[in-house]
This record gives sequence, structure tokens and C-alpha cells, in this order.
Amino acid sequence: MIQYAFKRLIQSLITLLMVITIVFLLMRQMPEEGYFGTNYEKLDYAQREAILENMGLRDPIHVQLKNFYMQILKGDLGKSIIYRPKVEISAILKAKIPYSLKFGVATLSLSLGFGILLGISMALNKDRIWDRVGTAYIVFISAVPAAVYYLFLQLYVTDIFRLPILFNPDKPSSWILPAISMSLGGIASYAMWMRRYMVDELNMDYVKLARAKGLSNRKIMISHVLRNAFVPMIQYLPSAILYTIAGSIYIESLYSIPGMGGLLVDVIQRQDNTLVQALVLIYSSIGIFGLFLGDILMAILDPRIKLERGGTR
Amino acid sequence: MSKKVEKLSDGINKGLFEFADYDEVKAQRGGYSNYSYWRSTFQVFSKNKIAIFFLYIVIILLTFTIIQPYLPNQKSPTQITIDENTGMQLRNHEPDKEFYFGTNSIGQDLWARIWSGTRTSLFIGILVGLWDAILGIIIGALWGYVRSLDRIITEIYNVLDNIPNTIILVLLTYIMRPSIPTLIFAMCMTGWLSMARFIRNQIVIIRDREYNLASRCLGTPTSRIITKNLLPYLVSVIMLQMALAIPGAIGSEVFLTYIGLGLPINIPSLGNLINEGRGVMMVESLRYQLIFPAIALSIITISFYVIGNVFADAADPRNHV
Repeated sequence: MIQYAFKRLIQSLITLLMVITIVFLLMRQMPEEGYFGTNYEKLDYAQREAILENMGLRDPIHVQLKNFYMQILKGDLGKSIIYRPKVEISAILKAKIPYSLKFGVATLSLSLGFGILLGISMALNKDRIWDRVGTAYIVFISAVPAAVYYLFLQLYVTDIFRLPILFNPDKPSSWILPAISMSLGGIASYAMWMRRYMVDELNMDYVKLARAKGLSNRKIMISHVLRNAFVPMIQYLPSAILYTIAGSIYIESLYSIPGMGGLLVDVIQRQDNTLVQALVLIYSSIGIFGLFLGDILMAILDPRIKLERGGTR
Repeated sequence: MSKKVEKLSDGINKGLFEFADYDEVKAQRGGYSNYSYWRSTFQVFSKNKIAIFFLYIVIILLTFTIIQPYLPNQKSPTQITIDENTGMQLRNHEPDKEFYFGTNSIGQDLWARIWSGTRTSLFIGILVGLWDAILGIIIGALWGYVRSLDRIITEIYNVLDNIPNTIILVLLTYIMRPSIPTLIFAMCMTGWLSMARFIRNQIVIIRDREYNLASRCLGTPTSRIITKNLLPYLVSVIMLQMALAIPGAIGSEVFLTYIGLGLPINIPSLGNLINEGRGVMMVESLRYQLIFPAIALSIITISFYVIGNVFADAADPRNHV
């Protein structure tokens, strides 16, 4: 087990290293105007060269890459160029991360809780009206782009329930809608898998045996079917984290929540290269970590998993 | 047959001891089943009323999207209408007989823009689906079939699969210039992964069946084994992935447009239309500019999604009776 975890950790680190390298190399393909901020027009050629030289951008690429690794190892993400010129990125992020984290956790727990509940109730009412409604919901959420139904939720639900349309950290009611919107996708995917596993399990022989023994339906459900269907749910944790990341980018900017997702949209529009680079790295690390966590949890909870399988999943 | 035989000699007559004529149809009846893969697929598919309904919608939509510019009285999606009375742009004109869906905030006909946007988005979606399929099939087939490549490709896959798709999409479109090829490229960079993995898994299952072993013993080249023995099994999956690539691509396009990395605004696309609509959505009387594109987009994505899924179920031989 420990060996597997270690191997998986090494794999994640290698992935992270490659991501850092790729992001770095791609970012160097951007036009150089990006490094000067607002006063690009005012500088002449020699001044520009001097500034670039100062920033280490005229060094050979492998030296730059080495410097970049060292920088990241020290936890230094560089300085913002346009968004808030010359301010350390880590200082900017420090104020943003708590919001994203709170919403992320809220979203994950909402989607897990409601998704599994919905999935269970759909499986119990298979082929009845509730199952149909749930399926329609899942199809709708998976097919229609999140960007579209988020907009309509913001537009109409705020009207109907008199919720604030923009986020305000002091008003608890303004937390509700963003968190719910963000978890809709996760709820749908959890409900779909939960239903599928439950239906599969219900057709298994051991359920027939339990019924023949005279166990009540309730008992079969709780102590047999649910337990077996729960384990595979863990493997969708990473994808729920990825959903949350994608959702947060959009939702945070839609409700102007001062978190990292909103920041990413902001700095992309203002072309602040170093901040985009930092945020991309942070988001990919979260994704990589989420997958790592999912695999480890899966290995702990499901003894049937063969750990010697190597990389293939 | 169930006639009771009273006396044994009653049941016996001469006819029973004559040779029967050879009838080919009758002879085949026992062993021959007229199973055809595509016909069964179609039968299972057509049993699903909802899927048929969406199939009709897609056919109508596709036809109309293609012929719409050639119909009479259609305006150009980028033409700015000038109001004759005031000499100004006909801004935010309510939907009426001339402008079925009204005009947008600079006086362009929303009806024409929605169809043109649908064309753009479907074009992107279909191309992304095609490229995903091509890349996914080639890489997946090599991955599953050539054992010496298995390890390398698995490692590459793990690295790529570990990075959130959204982030790859954002990064690539941020670096490249916004255009249709950029979008297609960025979406393909992430889209082929799931396809390749699925194909690989199927091939690993199928590749060591006896007929493939026999084929290999006879010296059939790998490329031929892949194309003749393996790929026909995968047709349904490939179709499913391509059908699902269309809603996926439309979704990505809307998302990228929102964060400012989508197509230039002079190309009408569903993403651009939604974004334009979002700009004016706080004014109650102008909400139609968001609602019409959103409805069009939802119909398209839901139809393709449902058809793709039902077709995948229908194409699975286990569901054939």
C-alpha cells in the first residue's frame, strides 16, 4: 500500500514538473510587450532590452528554466505586471484563496450529498416518474453548457427568491446561489453514477439471496446495496474536483466573488502573463493532487484493487 | 402432432419412408439467423421515441442551417440595419415580422445571426469530433496493439489526463491568436484522450482472441489486423464520441468566449451571441437577445447528447435481441 502511494506520488510529481515546464515554455511564446505593463509605448529599444535583460529574459532558455524551477521551489510565483504592477503574486493570491477554498468545499459537499441522495432515490424509484425527472435533469445538465444555465439561474432565481445578484462577503444569503450553481454539475454526475451502480447491484445474486432470507427491503438497501455502491463513488471525487475548478472560474467572475477563478478571467482579459502563468500552475496542481487523492482513497477503501497494475488504469 | 396413437400400425404409412426433397430454405432455417448488426442497431434505436424525436429535430435543424442563407428575405448576419426614419442604427428592435428575433444592440438581425452562429458552432463541433476520432483511433490503436509502446503512451496519457482540461484549453487559447482553427486545435488537444483510452481498452480485450492470433501467425501485418480485425468493433463507440463532441465543443466555445478567449466578435457564433446577450440581460425588455440564442443552443446540445447516448446503447450488441 505504502509502496503504491509512493509510486503514485512520484508519478504526480513528475506530471507536475512536466506541467511547469510546458507552461513555462508556452508562456515564452507570448509577445514581449506583455512584460512592460502600461508604459511599453514610452520606452525605446535600448530601454526595453535593458528591462528584459534585467528580468533574465535574454538568458539562454535552459538557464531561464532552471531559474524558474528554483523560484517555484522557494514558493515565489513572481510579480504581477498589469493587474497590480510590481506586487508579489503570492500576496495577491493570499486574499483570494480563502474565498475559492470555501466555495470549493461547499460545492464538493453539496454535490456529494445531494448527488448521492438523488442517485439513490432514482434507483429506488426506477422507471417511475421520479427517475424520469432525475434523468431529464442529468441529461439537461450534461448537455447544455454550464455557462448558459448559470446565467439563467442568476437572472431568474435571484428575482424569485430575492437573493442578492452579486456576491457580498458580509451577506450570508449571497453565498447560496453561487454554491448551488457550482454544484449542479457535480450533483448530476454523482447521481448518474450512483443510480447506475445501485441498479447494477440490485440485480446481483446476493440481493436475491438476501430477499430469500426474508430481509426487509430497507435492510437490503442499507446494509448491502448501499455499501457496495459507495466504494466506486470515491473514484469520481477527482472529477468532482475538476468540475469545481471549471465551475469556479465561471461562477466567481459571474457573481464577482473575489476568488482565484474570477481573478483568472480578469487577468486573461488584461493579459497579465505572470499572473496567468501562476494561476494555471495552481489550478493544474489542484487537479493533479485531486487525482492523486482519489487513487489513494480508492486503494484504501477497495481491497479488490490490484496495486501491481502499474500505470494503466 | 399430439394425436394419440391407438394402434402402432395406424401411425405408420408409406409416406414416412420416402426421401424428402432437398429444400434450401428449409434446410437453412435451423442454423441461420438473419441477424444484421446495423439493422438491429437501427431497430433498437427506433424503439426509443424520444431519440427519434430528437433525431427529427437535428435533421430539420441541420437542413435549415445549411439552406437558410439561400432562402428569400434573409439578411446578412453582419449587416447593420439603418432605420430609415432616423438615419440611425436600428438598435434593440423588438422581435416582429421583419426581424423574427429582433435586432441586437448595433442593429444586426438576430435571426440571421443565430443561424450563422449555429453554422459556426456546428462546424467547430464536427471538426473537433472528426479530429478527436482520427487522433484517438490512431493513438488508441497503437497503444492497445503495439506492446512496446504501451508503457510510454500510458505514461504520457497519465500526465496529460492529470491536468484539468479547462486549464489546457485556457492556456492554449491564451497563447494563440483567437480564431476558429485555434479553438479547434485547443479542443482537440484534450478531446482525443478519452477516445484513445477507450479504443485502447477495447483493443486490449479483443487483440488476443483466437482469430487474431491465427491472423498474426499467418503473417498479417499489424496495420491490416488493426484496420480489418479490430476497428469494425469500435464503430459504435467512435460514433458516440463524435456525437458527444458537438455539445462539448459548443460548451467550451461558450466558456472560452465568456472569459475573453473565444472567437473575434465579427464572427457570429453561439458563444458570441450568448455573450452579447449577457451584456444586456439586466434590462428586462432586452432579455430576448439572451433567451433566443440560449434556446437554440440548448436544443442543439440536448439533441446531439440524447441521440449520441441512445445510439451508443443501441449499437451495443448486448442490447440486441
